Amino acid sequence: MKKFDEMVATLPEGLVRSLPWEGQPMAGVRPHYQAYAAWLAGRSAAQMAARREEAEMVFRRVGITFAVYGAKDEDGAGTERLIPFDLIPRVIPAHEWRLMEKGLVQRVTALNRFLHDVYHEQEILKAGVIPSEQITQNAQFRKEMMGVNVPNQVYSHIAGIDIVRAPDASGEGVYYVLEDNLRVPSGVSYMLEDRRMMMRLFPDLFSQHRVAPVMHYPDLLLETLRASSQSAAQSGAQDPTVVVLTPGMYNSAYFEHAFLAQQMGVELVEGQDLFVKDRYVYMRTTRGPRRVDVIYRRVDDDFLDPAVFRPNSTLGCHGLVEAYAAGNVTICNAIGPGVADDKSIYPYVPKMIEFYLGEKPILSNVPTYMGRDPEDLKYILAHLPELVVKEVHGAGGYGMLVGPAASAQEIADFRRVLEANPVGYIAQPTLSLSSCPTFVDSGVAPRHIDLRPFVLSGKEVQMVPGGLTRVALKEGSLVVNSSQGGGTKDTWILED
Amino acid sequence: MLSRTADHLFWMSRYTERAENTARMLDVNYQTSLLPQSAQAAQMGWQGLLSISELLPAYQAKHGEISPGAVMEFMVVDPGNPSSIVSCLQAARENARAVRGTLTTEVWETQNQTWLELGRRIAAQEHLRDPGQFFEWVKFRSHLSRGVTVGTMLMDEALYFMRLGTFLERADNTARLLDVKFNALKSEYHGAVAGDGSQGADGEDYDFYQWSAILRSVSAFEIYRKVYRNVIQPERVAELLILRADMPRSLHASVAEVVGNLAMVAGDSAQETRRRAGRLLAELQYGKIDEILATGLHAYLTQFLDRVNELGVRISRDFLVPA
Repeated sequence: MKKFDEMVATLPEGLVRSLPWEGQPMAGVRPHYQAYAAWLAGRSAAQMAARREEAEMVFRRVGITFAVYGAKDEDGAGTERLIPFDLIPRVIPAHEWRLMEKGLVQRVTALNRFLHDVYHEQEILKAGVIPSEQITQNAQFRKEMMGVNVPNQVYSHIAGIDIVRAPDASGEGVYYVLEDNLRVPSGVSYMLEDRRMMMRLFPDLFSQHRVAPVMHYPDLLLETLRASSQSAAQSGAQDPTVVVLTPGMYNSAYFEHAFLAQQMGVELVEGQDLFVKDRYVYMRTTRGPRRVDVIYRRVDDDFLDPAVFRPNSTLGCHGLVEAYAAGNVTICNAIGPGVADDKSIYPYVPKMIEFYLGEKPILSNVPTYMGRDPEDLKYILAHLPELVVKEVHGAGGYGMLVGPAASAQEIADFRRVLEANPVGYIAQPTLSLSSCPTFVDSGVAPRHIDLRPFVLSGKEVQMVPGGLTRVALKEGSLVVNSSQGGGTKDTWILED
Repeated sequence: MLSRTADHLFWMSRYTERAENTARMLDVNYQTSLLPQSAQAAQMGWQGLLSISELLPAYQAKHGEISPGAVMEFMVVDPGNPSSIVSCLQAARENARAVRGTLTTEVWETQNQTWLELGRRIAAQEHLRDPGQFFEWVKFRSHLSRGVTVGTMLMDEALYFMRLGTFLERADNTARLLDVKFNALKSEYHGAVAGDGSQGADGEDYDFYQWSAILRSVSAFEIYRKVYRNVIQPERVAELLILRADMPRSLHASVAEVVGNLAMVAGDSAQETRRRAGRLLAELQYGKIDEILATGLHAYLTQFLDRVNELGVRISRDFLVPA
C-alpha cells in the first residue's frame, strides 16, 4: 500500500521504527516543513524529552484531562487521564488550507440547508435525491422539529468536520471528508491548549514561522452564539444571555465545557441550574432567576428535556423543548442535526451540495458502500478483510471493524453481526491515512493522523485556521480517538 | 452568579479551612505527645481531638481503643472520615473542579496542585515519617490558597462567597478547639462556677505547656505574649481566642468577616440572616470574658456553635440552594 507522510516525501518502504533527526535535518523533507526540520536537527533528544516532561507536568497541573467511562487509574484515585500531546506540529501550507476552508464553508452551508429542508418542505426527498425512508425512518430524525423555525435557519452552529489525507494512485496526498460531526463535536479546547503549550515550550519556533493564530476561537464562538439568539437574528441589537450547558464534571469533556465557558465569560450551567416558567428559560442565581437566551449545549438531544426525550434524564431541563419551539430560547446546536451526520446519510452529502448550492463539491467524500443497498452489501461481505466497516450511528471509534488489522475470528464474528443488521452499517476502503513524524518510545516515527476543523455558523460561516490534529500513537493503528489511545498535535497553517 | 456556583465556592473554602484546622489540631497533639506525660493524659489528648470534630463514635466503631497511630490514620488519610485531611482536600478540589471556570487559573491550579502533591506525600508516607513537616505543608497550602484567592480573584460575589465559607468554618473550628481543650484542662472554667484555680495532677508546669499548645495550634503564642506581656493564664487565653477583634483566628474576628462578606453578597435580601449574624457579632464586640466564664464556657461555646451552624443553614437557603 502506498504511503503519504506530511513531512517526509520519501518515506522508506515497510515499517519505520525511527527516523534520524538529530544533528542534520531529515532526508526528503517537504518544502513547508524544511525550516522546522532544520530547527529540530539543532535539538538533542534530551532537550526534547525534557520538553515533553514539562508539557505533561503542566497539563496535569492545569487539569487538562478527560474522563474515561468505566476506567480506573492504577491507584484508584479517579478516572482522569491526560491526552498525550506530541511535540512535532502538523503543518499545512496556506494554499492547501484556503481550498479546504472554501470546501468546509460549502459543505457546512449545504448541511444546514439540508437540515432546514428535512424539517420543513423536504424538497430533497420530493426530488428523489435521497430516499424518503432514509430520513423519516432514521432514529436521529426528530419529529418534534418539523415546522420549527430556528434563528438564521442554522442547525449546526458548531460543526467538527473530520478530514483525512490519503495517497492517490500517483502517491500524492488527497484530502477526504471522513465524517461530519454536527451534534456536539468536541476537541476544540485541545486545539487551543496545544497551541498554548507549543508557544510556551518553543517560543523561538513561532518567531521563525508565520503560524496563523487560533486563540481567538472563543471570541468567534461567542459571536456565533450571540448572533444565534432570536432577538439578534430578528433585530440585530440586544445583549443576549448565553450559557454553556454541561452534563457535569464527570463527563469526559468537562474540561472543555468549563474552558469554553470561562474563555467566553459566560456561565457554565447544569440541568439543575435551569428551569422553565411560562415557556421561558431561567437560571437560578444568588440574586434570583435570570432569563437565558442562548444555550450552547454539550448534552445530547436525548437528555435535553425529560418531558420530550428520555423521561429519567436529570441532565436537561423540564420544558426546554416547549420554550424552544415557542422561540423563547435558542439551543446550539439545534435539536435534530443528527439526521445529517449519520453515517447512512454521509454518502449523499456531495449530492446535497449540488442540490442546494448548484456547485461541485470542493472536498471529496471517501467512497462508501451502504449495507442497506443489496449490491453494496454483497461487495462488503466479499471484501471484509480490506474494508473498514462502521456502525451508522456509532461514534468514538467503538463498534467498528478495521479489516486489514482484524483476525480471521474477528472478521467472522463481525460478518454475523453485519448479516443480522446490514442497514446498520456502511463500509469504506481502508484508506492509507497520511502520517506525520511523532515522538514515540523508539524515537521519532511516522504515525497516522487526521484533522478536525471547527466550523462556526451564525450570521455567517467562519472558522479559525486549522483545527485539531489527532494522532494514532500505536504503530500501524488508524484509530485516532482519544478514547482509543490517540494523542494530539498542534496544527499549523503556515502563511507563505 | 449561579447558586450552584456559589455553593461550590463556599464549600471549597470551607473544606480547605477544615483541612488546615485538622492539621493544626493534629500537629499540636503530636507535639504535645512528645512531652513527658502520663499515659492517661496522652490518651485524653487524642480522645479530645476526636471529640472536637464529633468523631469519637465513628472512630471507636472502626478502631475501638484509642491509639495515636490509629487516630492519625483516621484523621489524615481515612477516606471514610469526612473530616480527614485527605477527605477535606479532595472535597475542596472536587468543588473547585466543578467551578474551575469561575476561579482564576492560579486559584484552580493551587487547588489541583495541592491534591496531586497530597497523593505523592501520602504515598511516600510522609505523614508517618515526619508528621510535623506534613502538617506544616497542609497549613501552608491553605495559606497559599487563601493568598492566591485574595491576590487574584475579582472582588465580586465569587470572592465573597469563598470568604464566607472560610470564616464560618474558622469560627466553628476555633470554638470547638476551645471547648475541648478547656474541658480537658480546666473543668472549673468549663462548668458553671469559676473555681479558685486549683491545679490538676500534673501541676502548673505541665499546664503551661498545654495552654501554650492551644495557643500555638491557632498561631497565637507570640500574639499572646505581645498582647498581654504576661504569664499564660486560662482566662486570657479564652479572651484572646473569643473576644479579641485583632486576633485573626478568634471568634470575634471570624464572625466580623462573616458579617462583612454577608453584607457584600446580600444587598437588600436575606435580612433575617444578616440580623442574626450582626447580633452574634455585637455580643462578641461587647462581651466580657468574666461574664462568659461565669455562665460557663462550655454552655457559651455550645450555643455559639449552634448559632454558627444556623447561620450556615440560612446562608445555604438564602443563596446557595434556593427552593
